[in-house]
Amino acid sequence: MEDLLRLDKCTIRFGGLTAVANFTMEVGRRELVGLIGPNGAGKTTVFNMVTGVYPPTEGDVLLGGEPLNGLKPYAITGKGIARTFQNIRLFISLSVFDNVRAAFNLHLEHGPMHALTRGRAFSKEECEIENRTLELLKIFNLDRHRDVMCKSLPYGDQRRLEIVRALATKPKLLLLDEPAAGMTPTEKSNLMRLIEFVQETFDISVLLVEHDMRVVMGICKRIYVLDHGVAIAEGTPEEIRRDPKVIEAYLGEGPADRE
Amino acid sequence: MDRLIEIAQQLVNGVSLGSIYALIALGYTMVYGVLRFINFAHGDIYMLGAYSGFLLAPFFSHFFRFGEFDTFTPQNTLFILSGAGLIMVLSMAICAVIGVLIERIAYRPLRQRPRLNVLITAIGVSLFLQNMTQYRLGAEPKAFPQLIPVHVVEGLGNLTILTSQLAIIVATILLLFLLRLIVMKTKMGMAMRALSLNPTACSLMGVNNDVVISFTFALGSALAGAAGILVSMDSPSINPLMGNLPGIKAFVAAVLGGIGNIPGAALGGLIIGILETLVIAVGFPQWRDGIAFAVLIVILLFKPTGILGKFEREKV
Amino acid sequence: MSRALLILFAALLVCLSVSIFGENFIASRYAYYYDILITIGINVILAASLNLVNGYTGQFSLGHAGFMAIGAYTSASWSNHLDPYIVGWIGGAGSPFATNVAFLISLLLAGILAGIAGFAVGVPSLRVKGDYLAIVTLGFGEIIRVTILNTDFVGASRGLSVAGSYTNLFWTYGSVLVCIYVVLGLVHSTYGRGFLTVRDDEVAAEAMGINTTKYKVMAFVVASFFAGIAGALYAHFKAFLTPEGFNFFRSVDVVVFVILGGMGSTIGVVLATVMLTILPELLRALSHTQFVPPAYQGLLENRLILYSLLLIILMLTRPQGLFGDPGAIRKRFTRPGGN
Repeated sequence: MEDLLRLDKCTIRFGGLTAVANFTMEVGRRELVGLIGPNGAGKTTVFNMVTGVYPPTEGDVLLGGEPLNGLKPYAITGKGIARTFQNIRLFISLSVFDNVRAAFNLHLEHGPMHALTRGRAFSKEECEIENRTLELLKIFNLDRHRDVMCKSLPYGDQRRLEIVRALATKPKLLLLDEPAAGMTPTEKSNLMRLIEFVQETFDISVLLVEHDMRVVMGICKRIYVLDHGVAIAEGTPEEIRRDPKVIEAYLGEGPADRE
Repeated sequence: MDRLIEIAQQLVNGVSLGSIYALIALGYTMVYGVLRFINFAHGDIYMLGAYSGFLLAPFFSHFFRFGEFDTFTPQNTLFILSGAGLIMVLSMAICAVIGVLIERIAYRPLRQRPRLNVLITAIGVSLFLQNMTQYRLGAEPKAFPQLIPVHVVEGLGNLTILTSQLAIIVATILLLFLLRLIVMKTKMGMAMRALSLNPTACSLMGVNNDVVISFTFALGSALAGAAGILVSMDSPSINPLMGNLPGIKAFVAAVLGGIGNIPGAALGGLIIGILETLVIAVGFPQWRDGIAFAVLIVILLFKPTGILGKFEREKV
Repeated sequence: MSRALLILFAALLVCLSVSIFGENFIASRYAYYYDILITIGINVILAASLNLVNGYTGQFSLGHAGFMAIGAYTSASWSNHLDPYIVGWIGGAGSPFATNVAFLISLLLAGILAGIAGFAVGVPSLRVKGDYLAIVTLGFGEIIRVTILNTDFVGASRGLSVAGSYTNLFWTYGSVLVCIYVVLGLVHSTYGRGFLTVRDDEVAAEAMGINTTKYKVMAFVVASFFAGIAGALYAHFKAFLTPEGFNFFRSVDVVVFVILGGMGSTIGVVLATVMLTILPELLRALSHTQFVPPAYQGLLENRLILYSLLLIILMLTRPQGLFGDPGAIRKRFTRPGGN
C-alpha cells in the first residue's frame, strides 16, 4: 500500500531539549494507525510537526511524496491534513453550525468582494455550503443543535463536533489527538465505532494518538510507540501488546531486569 | 581631545536620561514578570512621584531650607542631601502605597479574566490619574521646588555635568543596588522570582501570591516615584501629562532589554536614553520622541524577546 | 444587481434627498444639533471600522487615530492644492456637481492612502499579539503623528487650514451606510466567519485551513480605509487640523466606543457611539443646572475622567459591553499559569 503520510527521520529540538528524535513513520491510504506512548513521549509534538505548528529541526514530512516542511498550518490543511486537539479548541463564540461552516473557508470559490456584492454566484455557494454543513451535522446527529452555542454542548458532543469540523475541510488524513480523553466507557465504545465509520464513509486515513489501550488496540491496524521522543516499537496491536520494550516503557522495570 | 570631551558629554547626558527611563522600566518589567501584564498606568505613578514631592516640599522647606543654598560645599552637602533624600523617600512611599491600592482595586479582581480586560482597565486608570490630577491641581505646568542646588560640578574641566545629573546617576546606582539586594537576597525577592516562573507551583509551596504581587507593585511604583523626583530636580517643570512619553519610552526600554528581565530593563533604559541623546546631538531634536517608537517596532519585528529575554512558546 | 446592494443604494438615495432638501434648513436653524449629528456620523465610521479589527477579529489596535490623520491630511492637501484644477476641469468653480465630484475623489483618495498605510503597518505588526500589538499600533499611531508634526508641507505644529467645508449630511451618513454595509456584509458570510475564528482561536483556525494573517491584515486595511474617510470628513468639517487632534487619546476615544458597544456587535457599537458622543453635551448642559453643586461642575465637564471611570467600571462589571457576547472574550489572551 502506497504511503499517504511519511515522516522521514524527523527530529525536533526546543532549545536544549530534544522532544522527538529520528522518528520515521508511515501512514498508508485508508489506514487507521495509532501513536501511543507514556505521558510526555512527544506524541502531540509529532502531530504539531505534521500540521506545521512547529517545523522539524531535521528530517522531512511528506504527504503523497510532497514535502510539507516549512509550510504554514493553513497551507498544510489545504493539502489535505486535518486535526482535532487534545484540549478541545472549538470556536467558542460561534454556534455549532458556524463552527463547521467556518471550516468550509478552505474550499471557498468566492472571496470578500463577492460577500459585498452578494450576487447570484455568492448566494448559490452560500446555499450549497449550508446544505453540506447540515448534511455533515446530520450524519453525526448534531443537526438539531445547529444554532446552539457550541460551548453549551455536552462534552462528548463537543468532541464529535470537533471531528465534524475537521471533516468539513475535506481531508485525506485526519489526526485525532486523544479524542477519548474524559469519556465514559460507553462513550469510548461509541467513539471507536464513530472513528471506524468516519474512516470508511469518508474514505480517509486516520492517525490516532490515544492513551486508552482498549480504544487503540480495538481499532488501529498498526501502532507506533514513542517513549521520550524515540520510537521504541511498531507493529500490529498483537505485536505491540507483547513487546517487552513497550511494557517496560509503560510499567517500568520488570522483575526479570533486577538481576 | 575636544571630540572626546564632546562624546563623554553626550554619554553623561544619555546615561542621566537613561537612568530615569531605567527606573521606570524596572516597574514595568517586574509587574510583567509576575503578572504577564503591561501596567499602562505606570508612567503616571512617575508623575505622581513628582507631584508628591511638589506637595510635600513646602512642609519641610523651612527646616531644610530648600532653595536657599547656591552651591554644594563640604559643610552643607550632608544636610542638603538628607533634605532631598527625605522628600524622595517619602514620595517613594506614597507612590508605593498608590501602586498597591491600584492593584488591589482595579487589577486584582480581573486576575482570572482575559488580559485584554485588564489592559483596558489599566488605560482607564492611567487616564483617570492624569485627568484627576489635572482637575484638582490644574493643567498648567508647576514649578518643582529646588531640593538641591543645581550647578556645574567643579573640577571636571570642560566636561559640563550638572549636580542634578550626578544626583540622578548616583541615586539610580544606589537604587539598582538595593533592588538587586532585595531580589537576590531576601525571601520576598526569591518569591518574586519564583512567581514569575510558575505561579501555581508558588502558591502550592505556601507562598501568598497576593502579598508578593502587592510587594512587586510597591517596589516598582517606589522606583517610578524616585524617578519622578530625580527628573524634577534636573528639569523642574512638572505637569499632569508628564508621565505619558517617559512612560511609553520606559516601556520600550523594558521590552528592549527583555520584558520580565530586571537587568534587561536597566540596560534597555540606558540604551534608549543614550540613543535619544544622540538623536538630539546630531541635530534632529524634533525626532527625539520618535526614536523610541522606531526602536520598539524594530525589536518587536526582529527580536520580540529583547536583548536578554527568553522565548516563551505557546503550548498547543 | 443583488438585493442587498439595492437596499444600500436606496438608503443612499434617501440620504441624498434629505441632504438636498433639508440640509440648509437644519444647518442654519439647528446649528448646534447639526454639528453633533455630523460628529456622531464621523465617530460611528471610526467605531464601526475599528470594531472589525478589535471586535470581530480580536486584534487590539490602539492606533486608529493615526489612519484618521492620514486621511484627514491627505484630503486636506488635495482640497488645498489640486481641487481648483479638477473643479475647473469638470464644471467650473460654481458647479456643485464639480465640487462634489472633487470631494468624492478626495474622500476615496484619503481612504485609499489610509488603507495603504494600514497595510504597511498591519503586515509587520500583526505578527505580534495581545498587549504587544496594542503597544505597537500605539507606536505607529504616534510615529504618524510625530511625522506630521515635523512635515512643513502640511503645516507641522502650526496646523493646517482646509479649503472648503464640503462635509454634509449626505457624505457623512452616506459613508456611515457604506461602512456598516461593508463590515456587516463581510462578517456575515462564510468567508467572514473566518474573522471570528481568528478571534476565538488562531491555532484552531489555522488548523481548519484559515490563513489568519490574511484575515488580520484585511480587517486592518478595511478599517484603516474607513478611518481615512472619517478623517477626510473631519477635515472638511472642522476646516482646521492639528497633529494633536490625532493623538493617542483620540484612539482611546474610539476604543471606548467599541468596548462599550460590545466588541463584535455592530449595532451595539453604533448605539454606544451615539450615546457617548451625546453624553458630554448632556453633561455640560446638566452641569449648568441647579441639580449639580458648583464644586462638581468641572468634574462633569471633564470627559476624560468620566471615560476613564467608565472603562474601569465596565471592565470590572460588564466587560462584554452593552451588546457583546460574554463568551466571546473569555478565552482570548488567557494568562499562562494563573493563580
